[in-house]
Amino acid sequence: MARSTPEIPNASMADIAFLLLTFFLVTTTIANDKGLSIQLPAPLDPNQPKVEFQQKNLFTIQVNSSDALLVEGEPMEDVSGLKEQIKKFILNNGSDPLSSDNPEKAIVTYKTDRGTSHKRFVQILDIIQNAYYDIWADQAGVTNAAYREAASDTSDPTNKEIYDKGRKGIPMAISIAEPTKVGG
Amino acid sequence: MSKFKKKATVKQDIPTSSMPDVVFMLLFFFMVTTELRKTNIDVMQRIPEGSQLRKLQRKSLVTDLYIGEPKKTEQFGKEPKIQAEDTFIEVSGIILWVTRQKDLLPENERDQMTVALKVDSDAKRGIIADVETELRKANARKVLYTVKQKKIEE
Repeated sequence: MARSTPEIPNASMADIAFLLLTFFLVTTTIANDKGLSIQLPAPLDPNQPKVEFQQKNLFTIQVNSSDALLVEGEPMEDVSGLKEQIKKFILNNGSDPLSSDNPEKAIVTYKTDRGTSHKRFVQILDIIQNAYYDIWADQAGVTNAAYREAASDTSDPTNKEIYDKGRKGIPMAISIAEPTKVGG
Repeated sequence: MSKFKKKATVKQDIPTSSMPDVVFMLLFFFMVTTELRKTNIDVMQRIPEGSQLRKLQRKSLVTDLYIGEPKKTEQFGKEPKIQAEDTFIEVSGIILWVTRQKDLLPENERDQMTVALKVDSDAKRGIIADVETELRKANARKVLYTVKQKKIEE
C-alpha cells in the first residue's frame, strides 16, 4: 500500500451515459420512410395520338366525392373481395372473353374525385397493389412480405433475382386518372 | 474454524462494471437511428394505414412534402396546405421547389429523386392531384405516399 496507482474515477461514467441516452431517447423520431410507391406518368404531350384500349382489358375502379366505391360499374360496399376480383382479372389470360387477354395488357384504372379523402384513396390503392404483390410473390415462390422486402433492396443480386422473377410478364399497370371535379 | 471463514467470503454484489458498456450500446443505437428533426410540421399529420408498404433504398434521395390542414387554423384557415421545409408553398411553387431540391443532389442521381408525400387522412384528392401534376411537369415522377403499417395483417 505504499504506492497508490493513479486512477480516473469511473463510477459516474454510467450517469453521464444515461444522460446522453435520455437526451437521444427524447429527441429521437425514427424516420418513417415507408409507404406506397408509385411512378407518375410523363407530362401529357398534346401531339401524342390517343391510345385506345379495349374495354375488356380495363378494370375500372372509381371513388366519388363521398368516398363511395364503384367497381366495373357496380357499387361496392365491402372491399374484402376486391383484391381477389383484381387478381382474377389480371390472371384471366383470355379464359373469360369479357375479361383481360393477358397480364401484360391488363390495366387497372383508378379514378377518384377531387373530394375523395386521402384515407380512402390510400385504402383502395393499397388493395390494388396488394393484388399485384400477391401475384408477383406467387410467381417468385415467396411470401408477399418477403417479396416486398426483396423489392425494397434490389442492389443485392439474390433480391434482384426474386424481384425480376416475380415481375416477369406482369407489369404493375395501375393508371391513376385525373380526378373529376365534383367535390373538393 | 476455517470452514466458517470460507462461507463468509462469498460475494453478494452484482457486478456493475459493465453497466456503462450496456448503456453506451443503447446510446449508440439511438444515435444511429435518430434523425434530428429539421423542420416543425405545421400541418396535421394523421397518416393513413396500409399493408403493402415498401421501404425506400436511399434516404438521401427522398424529400418530403407535407400536406394537410394547418394546425393554426385561426391564422391560416382550414383549407389543406402544402408545407415544404419550414414554409407553406403554393401549388405553383412546386416546380421551383423541386428544381432547388434536385440541385442539392449529385448530378447522376437527380432523376432518381423521390418525393414522399406525407398527407393527412382528411386531405382531399384535389390538392394532391394538383401537386402530382406539378411534379410530373417538374420531372420528379417517383412518388411515395407515406403510410403507416397496419397493426393486424389480413
